[in-house]
Order: sequence, then structure tokens, then C-alpha cells
Amino acid sequence: MSDTIQLPRWIDVGVLPLMNLMLAFLISGLVVMAIGEDPSEVVRIMLYGAFGYEEAVGYTLYYTTNFIFTGLAFAVAFHAGLFNIGVEGQAYIGGLGVTLAALYLNWLPFPVMLVVSILAAAIFGAAWAYIPAYLQARRGSHVVITTIMFNFIASSLMVYLLVNVLRPQGSMTPESAAIDENLTLPYIHNMAAWFGIDMASSPLNFSFVYAIACCVLVWLFIWHTRWGYAIRTVGANAAAATFAGIEPGRYIILAMMISGGLAGFMALNEVMGVQHRLLIDFTAGYGFVGIAVALMGRNHPFGIFLSALLFGMLYQGGAELSFEIPTITNDMVVVIQGLVILCTGALEHMFRPRVTQMYTAWRLRQRAQEAA
Amino acid sequence: MDNFQMVVLLLDATMRTSTPLILAALAGMFSERAGTINLALEGMMLGGAFSAACVAYYTDSHWLGLGAAVLTTIALSLLHGFACITHKGNQVVSGMAINILMSGLTALVGIALFSQGGKTPALDHEARFQPITLPGADAVANVPVLGSLYSELLSGHNILVYVAFLAVPASWWVLYRTRFGLRLRAVGENPGAVDTAGISVVAMRYRSVLCSGFLVGISGAYLSTAQGASFLSDMTAGKGYIALAAMVFGKWRPFPAMFACILFGFLDAAATRLQGVSVPGIGEVPVQLVQALPYILTVILLAGFIGRAVAPKSLGRPYVKER
Repeated sequence: MSDTIQLPRWIDVGVLPLMNLMLAFLISGLVVMAIGEDPSEVVRIMLYGAFGYEEAVGYTLYYTTNFIFTGLAFAVAFHAGLFNIGVEGQAYIGGLGVTLAALYLNWLPFPVMLVVSILAAAIFGAAWAYIPAYLQARRGSHVVITTIMFNFIASSLMVYLLVNVLRPQGSMTPESAAIDENLTLPYIHNMAAWFGIDMASSPLNFSFVYAIACCVLVWLFIWHTRWGYAIRTVGANAAAATFAGIEPGRYIILAMMISGGLAGFMALNEVMGVQHRLLIDFTAGYGFVGIAVALMGRNHPFGIFLSALLFGMLYQGGAELSFEIPTITNDMVVVIQGLVILCTGALEHMFRPRVTQMYTAWRLRQRAQEAA
Repeated sequence: MDNFQMVVLLLDATMRTSTPLILAALAGMFSERAGTINLALEGMMLGGAFSAACVAYYTDSHWLGLGAAVLTTIALSLLHGFACITHKGNQVVSGMAINILMSGLTALVGIALFSQGGKTPALDHEARFQPITLPGADAVANVPVLGSLYSELLSGHNILVYVAFLAVPASWWVLYRTRFGLRLRAVGENPGAVDTAGISVVAMRYRSVLCSGFLVGISGAYLSTAQGASFLSDMTAGKGYIALAAMVFGKWRPFPAMFACILFGFLDAAATRLQGVSVPGIGEVPVQLVQALPYILTVILLAGFIGRAVAPKSLGRPYVKER
């Protein structure tokens, strides 16, 4: 096929992902119809649930915060050609770091504590990513398998710690002691109140602001630093990277540790921002959704922000949905998630040949007209 | 109860817990030996378990349930193949998507059908696979050691347990002693060579995921209609991933994979019995450590500390025919 024309960028990063997304929503609509509900009603309730009132917007952005962190985490590893399925476990261990810092360094003043908890989340998450990264880089064991294993190991470890170590004496529930109120992250509605703005209360907290900052930082890091360049080179072609004097192993470890650190930040939102203690399974699958978020956002921070917003909307809208229609539970959101990953990730090339063909035909006709 | 009796009971439980792992590990092996990563085992197992429980409940036949489970998992494996083989999509992503999709879909449809919070109604006698007493088991039950080994350990399982253990030599034979097996392994190592020989790589890979779907369907049906008596939401609880670990641990070969499954099944059976028990000389072993052991062992193996696990060479790479 020598007469194919390169697809322009707006089709490549705009039209094609949208077509895939539409396919996912179309199938989701069919699922809704199959269980006997009206898809248009479902869409209406979800949109209202996500954006219809001030509190809902807060909740939507609170979920968005988690997805930004996990999406960025997956994307950074992906730029080095690695599938970090372990975001979930890294976020979980990040939560351990945040909790330990908040419980045992509780004499620190808040601004210092903020920096310390950010560091603790990053260090614990990165440490948990370091082992699979090291094994991939130096011993050749596949990072997909090891990170899956590490998710399960993290889960067992945390159950052990919560039941036997972190649980306060006399408590029956496996969760840590509450974090001192002065050390938790401020809610956005409280921050707005400092400036005299009245906002409905929601779990949205300072970590949302930090998530946006992370988007910018990741963008700068990946596209405007030497390390980011090295990581992208390793991801594109490890052999070429070696030839260019970039040692792939080093950058595999670096990318995975940054990825793990970003995953750990999710704990800032959940542990320091909302729950104010370490709960069992607080990661609740956000790490896995991060894969979908990153793939849909084409591993670019801006795209990740948009798709995180979409998933935040789906989560909050889905919660509203299960109130309104009892037969549709939160599992509907899980189904939509699965379909989005399937259509935008696994089947991303499905429409490409057809679209390329159509675009080529259109361009050739246009050229013929210009010539005439 | 004497120690011997306890060991027999523990091994008996091991046979039951390792059965779904063996079937799923063999399933993963067929797909991966031909070059397609199959992370979707977990989701396929869940889908199979759900269909088996539903159909067995409505028809009162465990065989129809098994058939439905196999059809479901074959459909899912074709979907996996459609994404990975036809459209050359990412195999890891496709597997994760199927896992997430099935975890949501089974719960959603379960609630829509039965409104019991994702459970299916309990199955009665006919709808489940019943234990089979092997010939002469009752007669030799009183013979010391060998008699009780035969009657307690080998006899008294449902047919799917025996199917799983027989599937191991069968898979070995198919993979290593038939033309189909040779081609399947060749497609996973060097698809270009197979293509040159005039054999369609795409067709071979589709056949391998079909085998994979068939086997994992049986393991799904086992969970909900043989070992259990109904479907519970997320009842696989990571078994698909453990099977995957066992397959890697067994270095992508049938018999070693089976031994890995038995080991992991044993750990699972032991974990429930070790709860709060003090082991002489070691003290109380945390249950969580025993539960995490399969994963830890697999990581150590993959790191090359227990021999070397070498994956099929073209695993995870879609085949692109040169133009």
C-alpha cells in the first residue's frame, strides 16, 4: 500500500480515540438495554449525578484526583516501554508510608508534614516498584508478571500489618488509628472559605491541586529533560538507546520508580485527604483504572487529565445511578471501564485501516480537483 | 485424629484446591506456547463459573452448566484473539480488559437475574457434580495406609478433578507428540518460519486460544458447580493469576506446571488450617505469609534463583507478515 497518506494528528489523537470510546459507550448502552433499563435515562442520571449540583462536581473531581495519579503513574512507565500493572500495589504501599509518617511524626507542623507525607508516599511507592524494576532490568524477569505478583504480595502484607501491627488496641476493625486532625489535607471548600467563597462540602481536597501540578511536572519531565528523553528512547527502541550511549536498565529502573512514586501519591488523596486513616483495600481498583486512563489519554498528561475527568464522572455518576435505579449497581461502572479498556486499548487499531483508507481516498480526490 | 489421617485430609483438600489451578494453568500454557499472553484467565474463569451456575440452576443439569461455561470462555477467548491476533492489539491490555469486564458483568447480570447481591441461588443435587466412589474404595478402606490412601485421597472426588489430572498427560501428548502441537510451539517461537512452511500463523494462534478457552471453561464450571454450590461475585479471588504464576513456575510445561499447581493448592489448603495454629519450632505462621507464598516463590523463580524460566520467544509479539 504505497499510496497511503500519513493520517494528520487531529485524526490520530482526536477522531480515532473518540470512535473507540463511542464504541465502548455503544456496547455499554446495549448492556443497559439487555438488563431492561433505558440507556438515555441512565445517561441523564449519570450526567446529573456528575455535574448537576455543586457537591456532585466536588465528588467528581475527588475521583478525578485518584485517576490523574494512577494514570500518570502508568504513563511514565509506559514511555519506557513497560507495563506497570502494579500501580494498585504501589499506591497501597504508598498509603502505608503516608500513614506511618502521619502517625509517628505527628509533632511536626503542618507545612513540614505536607512535604514529609508527599515524600513518604513517593518513597514507599517507588520502593515497591523498585524490586520488579530491578528484576526486569538486571535479571530479565518480565515486569508484567512480577508487578501482578507484587500486587498480591502488597495486599497480603497490608492485611498482616493492619490486623497485627497498625490496628489500635481494643479496636476490632482492621484499620489504623485516626490521623491527627491538624495534619490532614485541607478540603477545597474550607480553602475557598478562607477567601470568603462559599462552597458545598465534598471530599475534594488539596491533593487535586497537587495532581494538576503533577500533570505539568510529568509533562516537563518526559518531554523537556534529558532523563525524559532517555526514557522515551529506551521505550521506543532499547537497542538504539544502547547504541546512543543510553543504558536501558538504568532508565527502566528510573521510570518504574517515578511511576511507583506517582502511584503512591494517590494515598495523599485517600489517606491524608479523605479517610484520615489507613483502610483495608483503600485503593479499590483505582490503580487498574489508571491503565484505562493512560491509554485513553494517549499517555500525555493533558489527555490523562481529560480521561481522568471522564472516569471521575463515570464513578460519581455511577454512584448516583445506583441510588436511582436499584438494578444498576456500581458494577455497571466496572463494565463500562472494562469496555473502555477493551475498545480504546486492545482494539485501538480496529478502525485505523478503514479510516486511513477513507482519508486517503478523500485526499486523492482533493488533489485531483486541485490539479484540474 | 492421628497425624497420618491429618496429612491425608490435607492432601485430599490439596487435590480439590489445585484442580481449578491445573485446568487454568494448562489453558494459559496453550495460549502462551503459541505466543499470545493470556492474562484473561481470571476473567474467563469468572465468566465460566457464572454461566455454569446460571445454566445449571435453570436446567438442573450440571453437564449443560459445564457446556455453557465452555461456550462462554471460548467466546471470551475469541474476543481476546480478535483483539490480539486479528487487530494486533496489546495482549496485556486485552487480558486486563476482559478481567475487569467480567468482574463487572457477572455481578451486574447476576443482580439483574436473581437480585441476590450478585450471588446465584444455591444449586441442589442434580445441578452439581457429585463425588464418585472409585471401584473397590469401600472394600479397602480398612486396609492400613494404602487402603485409606486409596479410599480417602484418590476416591471420592467429582469427575472434574479426575479430568483435570488427566488433562495434564493429554496436554503433554498434544503439545509434544502431535503435528498440531509442534506447529503450535513453533508459532510461539518463530512464527516467520511457520509462515514460510505454508501454515497460517493466524489460524494456529486462533486454535491455541480456542484450546485455552475450552480448558479454562472447565475450571470455571468446577468452581461454581463442583467445588461450590453457587456463583459468588468475584469468587475466583485471584485464582486465575495464581494459575498464571503456576504456569510460569512450571516453565510453560505441562507436568512442572501441574506440580506448581499442586504446591500452590497445598499452600492454599494449608493456609486455612494454619490459622491461629502454632507450628512446633517456628511458632505461629502468619496466614498472610502462606497466602502470599505462591507469588513470592514465582517472583524468586522469575528472578532466576531457582533455575531459569524462559518464555516462548515470540510471546506477546503480534505476527506481522512482511509485505
